Amino acid sequence: MIEYEPVIGLEVHAELLTRSKMFCSCAVVDSTEAEPNRYVCPVCTAQPGVLPVINRQAVEYAMMVGLALNCTINEFNQFARKSYFYPDLPKGYQISQYEHPLASNGWLEIEVGDSTRRIGIRRAHLEEDTGKLFHVGDHSLVDLNRAGVPLLEIVSEPDMRSVEEVEAYARKLRAILVYLGVNHGDMSKGVLRFEANISIRPRGSEELNTRTEIKNLNSIRSLVRATRYEIQRQIEVVESGGQVVQQTMGFDEDTGRTQAQRGKEQAHDYRYFPEPDLPPLHISREWVAEIGERLPELPDARRERFIQEFGLSLQDAVVLVADKAVADYYEAALAAGGDPKIVANWVTGELFRLMNTAGLEIGGIRVAPEALVELIALVEAGKINNNTAKEVLEIMFETGRGAEEIVEERGLAQISDSSALEVLVERVIAENPQQVQKYLGGKEGLLGWFVGQVMRETKGQANAQMVNEMFRKRLEALREG
Amino acid sequence: MSDLTDLTIEEAHALLQRGEVSSVELTQAHLERIEAVDGLIRSYLTVTAGQALDQARAADARRAEGEDTPLLGVPLSYKDVLCTRGVQTTCGSRILEGYRPPYTATAIEKLEALGAVMLGKTNMDEFAMGSSTENSAYVVTRNPWDTERVPGGSSGGSAASVAARLAVASLGTDTGGSIRQPASLCGVVGLKPSYGRVSRYGLVAFASSLDQIGPLTRSVTDAALMLNAIAGHDPRDSTSMNVEVPDYTAALRADMQGLRVGVPREYFIEGMQPAVEAAVRAAIDQLAELGAEIREVSLPHTDAALPVYYLVAPAEASANLARFDGVRYGPRVVAGSMWETYRQTRGQGFGPEVKRRIMLGTYALSAGYYDAYYLKAQKVRTLIKQDFEQAFEQVDLIACPVSPTTAFRIGERIDDPLQMYLSDVLTLAVNLAGICGISIPCGFDENDLPIGLQLIGPAFGEEQVLRAAYAYEQSTDWHTRVPAL
Repeated sequence: MIEYEPVIGLEVHAELLTRSKMFCSCAVVDSTEAEPNRYVCPVCTAQPGVLPVINRQAVEYAMMVGLALNCTINEFNQFARKSYFYPDLPKGYQISQYEHPLASNGWLEIEVGDSTRRIGIRRAHLEEDTGKLFHVGDHSLVDLNRAGVPLLEIVSEPDMRSVEEVEAYARKLRAILVYLGVNHGDMSKGVLRFEANISIRPRGSEELNTRTEIKNLNSIRSLVRATRYEIQRQIEVVESGGQVVQQTMGFDEDTGRTQAQRGKEQAHDYRYFPEPDLPPLHISREWVAEIGERLPELPDARRERFIQEFGLSLQDAVVLVADKAVADYYEAALAAGGDPKIVANWVTGELFRLMNTAGLEIGGIRVAPEALVELIALVEAGKINNNTAKEVLEIMFETGRGAEEIVEERGLAQISDSSALEVLVERVIAENPQQVQKYLGGKEGLLGWFVGQVMRETKGQANAQMVNEMFRKRLEALREG
Repeated sequence: MSDLTDLTIEEAHALLQRGEVSSVELTQAHLERIEAVDGLIRSYLTVTAGQALDQARAADARRAEGEDTPLLGVPLSYKDVLCTRGVQTTCGSRILEGYRPPYTATAIEKLEALGAVMLGKTNMDEFAMGSSTENSAYVVTRNPWDTERVPGGSSGGSAASVAARLAVASLGTDTGGSIRQPASLCGVVGLKPSYGRVSRYGLVAFASSLDQIGPLTRSVTDAALMLNAIAGHDPRDSTSMNVEVPDYTAALRADMQGLRVGVPREYFIEGMQPAVEAAVRAAIDQLAELGAEIREVSLPHTDAALPVYYLVAPAEASANLARFDGVRYGPRVVAGSMWETYRQTRGQGFGPEVKRRIMLGTYALSAGYYDAYYLKAQKVRTLIKQDFEQAFEQVDLIACPVSPTTAFRIGERIDDPLQMYLSDVLTLAVNLAGICGISIPCGFDENDLPIGLQLIGPAFGEEQVLRAAYAYEQSTDWHTRVPAL
């Protein structure tokens, strides 16, 4: 049986969250929230006679991404018109870059399992987003708030060989965009969109076979599902003696299947030609250097720093830096006095569990980094034990209240008073002579059972460590006595 | 005192300044003449009488406050391809019928800031595509010198309005000759500034890399005054150049001492009307009389200008006109489906010449044809540009005819696009090269139809072009003739 490997390249459209649009001064707003057609002007609605003006901030954001992806920032930049008719495209053409993209020939390093791989970046170019159509009954409405929002199209080489690599690439790229502050990474707002080019070949082969292109994948989850499905579909086509047909496909979220789009939509001849309304844009080497100096710390550098500076494991560091907000949270907790490893355990353990259950990102939770550190301090001081701390965190997570307050109010403080515990230990020994005999007869494993009795008695608030030690001493004394 | 509608900007300004006439009187006189004469000439698509009088009153008030500009209170007309806030702007097309732009073109904004009065919007070939104004979807404009003949185009309404004394001056646009050719055929002055000299913001694009706004006037001084008003960098137009704007009137001198004038042998083509060649040759002799040194020059790629133009301009137009889809403005013909609505809206909204050029341009840009047509045309365009650069190493100006013929009869060429395209064969190259050119009256043919002399200067060489034009104008009296209406 032949073993197949997929050959996958990704095109990612990232909105650049500049203050104003790509070619006019309209504000860039959350187009899923804003009142339709409120953030528009003669330019972005393509009134007759208007002209585009390049947004300098968008160019600088694109340069930042290009540099972060190890690309060459090209000196000679030219915009081009890409023509097609659709009501969400007011000019009947999109201003994009074609022959002369802003950035080219870069790479992005991804980690899958224990290995790292470099995925080539073919190019990244600037363009403008379209508006949106809403279908109401038998007619459609157009909202142009999003029309003209700067968009960076980042095209990878077909270097990915598995669904896992696709996911790692998408996540890494998203992280970089967020670290750069050019995109907030919230895919539910449509600010990041994927297209996958997929073909298959027998493992070991170097040939590039006919590929299909899956468009409009609006989440990493959809990207992963669609890619997995499409690889399998192509394998089945080939296995059953058929041929993969070059086509543009859509992904049906409900059925989980990819489907060929209708012929009309793929028969485009975009008739690219240089945009005569915009003279070529020359990006000086000085400008590139200036932007390079302004680049913030990126995920890989931060990961290395977490390992070096805080002694974290590679695994913990990778998990913490993947989302900039998480890494920021983590560092804020350290700044509040938390121990690097203990905070890392709490964040990647209990906090992530609560976030997952609640479906929240770290930016949306009610537990401030300082509050988490306060909770950890209570454990360290022996005021509460670990299990109680988890319960307290859950309450903090739900209510946003402080750890100390909750512990006090609910009487959750750990009993560390040795005289009080001594009384309980004596009572348990007195009431369970059979178990004591078994212990003394060699079943030392019963120590935990004795501790458990005291914990039950104290509703879990006894200092388990102290109780443990007391029983051991007391029982061993009996053996000797 | 001459008739108020015979005044140049310069003369009107003098009277206004001395308080001998008010802007309201001047504006009223033009509105009355439009009422009386434009039924025949049909130079206007829209007359904004009420607004014009409001603007005139405002101008008089500003003057009463002590303000003065060369254009304060002077009534002008604007080609209907220039956007005017709240005032219908059709580009001579059905597809923009009823369209009222939400903003005003920069060039007009500048004139309004100086206090100019807008009389209305002038007729034109649909989307500036044509050389006779017969391609207007609305009316046929008539040449004031012979109403059986065309005024030229595409700024035919503007040229006719100035020649017929229906405006003191006008703004037109020139993509391949659309200011100079109608100026020539109507016996007025028409200046096409260098590409980037005047903001295109608010000029509804035909061919973005060629279009330029310029004045049509009854004197060279007026052309200089108008250019003073509209030239300069506009942050809203990235192709407008940040080159200092001189006072163009300061350059005007009555002699041509020290100026070298080139005569391109390729511009006296076969089939040229003999009277045109004779008048232009006589004009060149006159330039020599005025002190110019005349030299023959060669522009070897002249033959390529027409085919290059008819690839580049339609290619750009095919994209520029894609926005007219009936979705956001203009009439929409609702049909069964979205695609059918597009088809019907555009099919009914555009006239035959516009459709022809959209198809030409779409073809030239199509996959598999791009290299052979559009790209090659751009390369030859560079050669044409280099022709002029080389010529301007030897001379300061080039003198030649504007149009191979004087005004032709209405209907004569409308069914023969190639014949019509030849009307612009001597003007197209200036646009392709991005340089400047002017048409000034230099004689009349056997039918008393005006003939124009074209003076071409290098990019941003408007000063020397205007200086030479002025010297010639001052030494002749062609510009003093008035069409009998």
